[in-house]
Amino acid sequence: MTRLHVQLAAVAAVVCLALAPLVLPPFTVTLMNYIGIYSLVAIGLALLTGVGGIVSFGQAAFVGVAAYATAWVSALNGYSPWLGLLFGVALTCGVAAILGVVTLRLQGHFLSLSTVAWGLAIGFLFGNVDGLGRFNGISSIPPISFGSFALVSSVQIYFLIWGIVAVILLLGYNLLDSRLGRAMRALRGGNTLVESLGINAFRIKLVTFVIAAFLASLSGWLYAHMSRFISPGPFDAGMGIEYLMMTMVGGAGSLLGGVVGAAIVTLLKNSVQDYLPLIAKGASGQLEIVAFSALFILFLQWARQGIVPFVARYLPKARRERPLPAPPLPRRPQPTPGELLLKVDGAERRFGGLVAVNKVSFEVRSGEILAVIGPNGAGKSTMFNCLTGALRVNKGEIVFAGRPITRDPQSRIAQAGIARTFQHVKLRPRMSLLENVMLGTYARTRSGLLAGALRLNQREEASARHEALMQLERVGLGEKPFELAGNLPLGNQRILEIARALAADPALLVLDEPAAGLRRQEKLRLAELLRSLRSDHLTILIVEHDMEFVMSLVDRIVVLDFGSKLCEGVPSAIRSDERVQEAYLGGVA
Amino acid sequence: MTSDIAAILAIDGIATGAVYALVAIGTVLIFTVTRVIFIPFGDIAAFTALTLAALDAKRFPGTGTLVVVLACLATLMEILSLVRGGELRLLPRALFFYLVLPLVVVGAAWLVMRADPPLAVRLILALMLIAPIAPLLDRIVFRPIADGTVLLLLTVSVALHFALVGLGLLFFGPEGVRTEPLTSFSTELAGVLISGQTMLIVIAALVFSALLYLFFDFTLVGKSLRATAVNRTGSRLMGIRPARAGTIAYLLGSLMAGVSGILIAPVNTVFYDSGFLIGLKAFVGAIVGGMTSYPGAAIGAVGVGILESFASFESSALKDVIVFSLLIPILVWRSLASLHSEEEIEE
Repeated sequence: MTRLHVQLAAVAAVVCLALAPLVLPPFTVTLMNYIGIYSLVAIGLALLTGVGGIVSFGQAAFVGVAAYATAWVSALNGYSPWLGLLFGVALTCGVAAILGVVTLRLQGHFLSLSTVAWGLAIGFLFGNVDGLGRFNGISSIPPISFGSFALVSSVQIYFLIWGIVAVILLLGYNLLDSRLGRAMRALRGGNTLVESLGINAFRIKLVTFVIAAFLASLSGWLYAHMSRFISPGPFDAGMGIEYLMMTMVGGAGSLLGGVVGAAIVTLLKNSVQDYLPLIAKGASGQLEIVAFSALFILFLQWARQGIVPFVARYLPKARRERPLPAPPLPRRPQPTPGELLLKVDGAERRFGGLVAVNKVSFEVRSGEILAVIGPNGAGKSTMFNCLTGALRVNKGEIVFAGRPITRDPQSRIAQAGIARTFQHVKLRPRMSLLENVMLGTYARTRSGLLAGALRLNQREEASARHEALMQLERVGLGEKPFELAGNLPLGNQRILEIARALAADPALLVLDEPAAGLRRQEKLRLAELLRSLRSDHLTILIVEHDMEFVMSLVDRIVVLDFGSKLCEGVPSAIRSDERVQEAYLGGVA
Repeated sequence: MTSDIAAILAIDGIATGAVYALVAIGTVLIFTVTRVIFIPFGDIAAFTALTLAALDAKRFPGTGTLVVVLACLATLMEILSLVRGGELRLLPRALFFYLVLPLVVVGAAWLVMRADPPLAVRLILALMLIAPIAPLLDRIVFRPIADGTVLLLLTVSVALHFALVGLGLLFFGPEGVRTEPLTSFSTELAGVLISGQTMLIVIAALVFSALLYLFFDFTLVGKSLRATAVNRTGSRLMGIRPARAGTIAYLLGSLMAGVSGILIAPVNTVFYDSGFLIGLKAFVGAIVGGMTSYPGAAIGAVGVGILESFASFESSALKDVIVFSLLIPILVWRSLASLHSEEEIEE
């Protein structure tokens, strides 16, 4: 399947949608209008929940904020619905931004619970504010009109609704394939991964959250002017769950899944209403919600992935062209070989009473490979975390390339030119090798939200793609750039992480136990790669406990034991040092 | 606001909070043992009140039918999973626990009910009828996805709540109920009238919390539950079955929710859908305790009760808005206070 096929399919879908109201009965068109309106919310949730990993139960509240805002502007104050759109979108995005700033630092299920909380609070608000008609709602909302042409009938507004859905889908897919979109897709890998790439994870979450709220506000605006009447009911907690349901049914990671899910849930609800009374005589409304919830639970038990990813498995794989050569990305000024690059001065880190790292000082000079070794519990990992900003030192100073980085957050340290790998590999298994490495170029590229959504970023993207391919070739993984990262064996995953780190054009590469869990052949390959990187004048710091691996590879070694520095020197000196032997072997017999 | 009014509001709040506390403790119990945030506990509480009201009115409560339906479903699923796992020798045991036992409970309740039993017996009947629901739901809904993420379990739990609300309307009808007070005793403390019902609520909350404490610290079953909460794999290696621990947790939790339902029924009118707010407010309390601490959950729940009482005095329409808005700062505080390990989300 080439890009042309995808475009043909999209055109066919648009044509079908455009012709639909001419052949379908009015009731079906109304139903499709609802599907389109719900789709917008579900697309936003697919982005937020499926892509970004933030499960929100409260989207219905955002829809409600916009719907009430536009109703207040147009029905109660007599202004144009277009002013209502502006006010609704601004208000919703503002509310979302405030809520996001407060809650998006929450971890895991705490975050989702907070969405339940504000979803409920805002939902209760609609029915209890005097100016908003309380539980009676607001009626006689004017229709949307272009000049003197008012969108009154369901066929008329149909084109506006589905036009917006189509545009949003297009922009959404563009965005996901851009620099910002890749950062969003990395969010599920955890904060440490995202920050290590020089990405401010909180900012990306906030942007994603506001985009989802923006889509909900569009939906709320359309809803208010289509149904011409609003009450608190359609924006309550139950509806918030239903939106989530649509997203999950469609396939949480897929924007198209939002539309498919909205269609399935809406049609299903409709047919449950139609057929349930036939199956269970006399049962009315109450069984509807039971049947519906039961179906949803069954769905989550049997098909957590959702429909679109399930169908996509049976479609032919997209054939993609290898990236073509492009102008290179800007490089950072590299330090001259032999110059002092990193200086750790009296670093101390305590956990309560335990001193994990105790007054450790060492230096890394440009162009060398330095290893930090030590027996279990020596404080290697803590030292590593302090260097990369995952932990803060309690005392002491860390200076990188002449700049203190002691108090910097992880993403700033990454931007300064320290790229890292992880002991437990952190890759995005459902992204291709190429995209994983492109994540590394984040801090070297600039294009933002609009450039990504409108595809104004193509030159930079081409450069980033080519840079990623070059790094893949450099580490020996250039054969299949479109393979999924999750399909690689562990050894190659480690190497892929190194390629990702290299794509950031680092001045210093820090590797956390790169040989752990590797087979002998893989270790040899890894050592070979690191040597070739040194010959390219890259500076490397390795934290490792595999002595054999370290001894044959590195220029100098720093030995830690019980949190303190034991000694420092070239490998042969370390090998014969009695203190080191004692630390490792528990005293010379 | 005078100090008199403040005192009345405080006492009112403590009573409401004590009811929430019972549900909150049950929520924490289930969460620690099974990782499920069991939103429908409020529904269990409301159903208990409705069951008791039906018994008082000499009608056989819809709970009976609900238990029978759930028991049949659970048995079916258990048989299917046994057949698939080739473990048919466990069939009699499964039939006993999932089919015979619930049916015996319902049958017994039906027989006893005809004899027009006194209030104490009716209370026990209501609790007996309500107890099997959560464990059966656990078997039907949560066991197949026990390995899922907390978020998946939470989503399912919310969906389950909506299903239960629908079933509640089906089995109990739309009418609200208010049962007879359990006691007409009342006393005056420092010039403020305290009803016996209020005292009963607080005492019951204290007694059940204490019983739970004794159960966890001094019985082997209780210790096995705590072990499961700390580490499922580890406790499985020690011969504890997490599924069984889950069932016990659900039973205990339902008992607590049931008691709270019985206590609240004479004070507030209970509808088939009253459970959601009870459950959510208890849940706010549980979050104050970080979802792990029983005393924390109880204190948090009482705090919610007092807050709600004062908020409804200030603005009865906005009391729920106030309570849920305050959850956000609490969540922020909890999230900052807890040492969190990085959690990767399932692909």
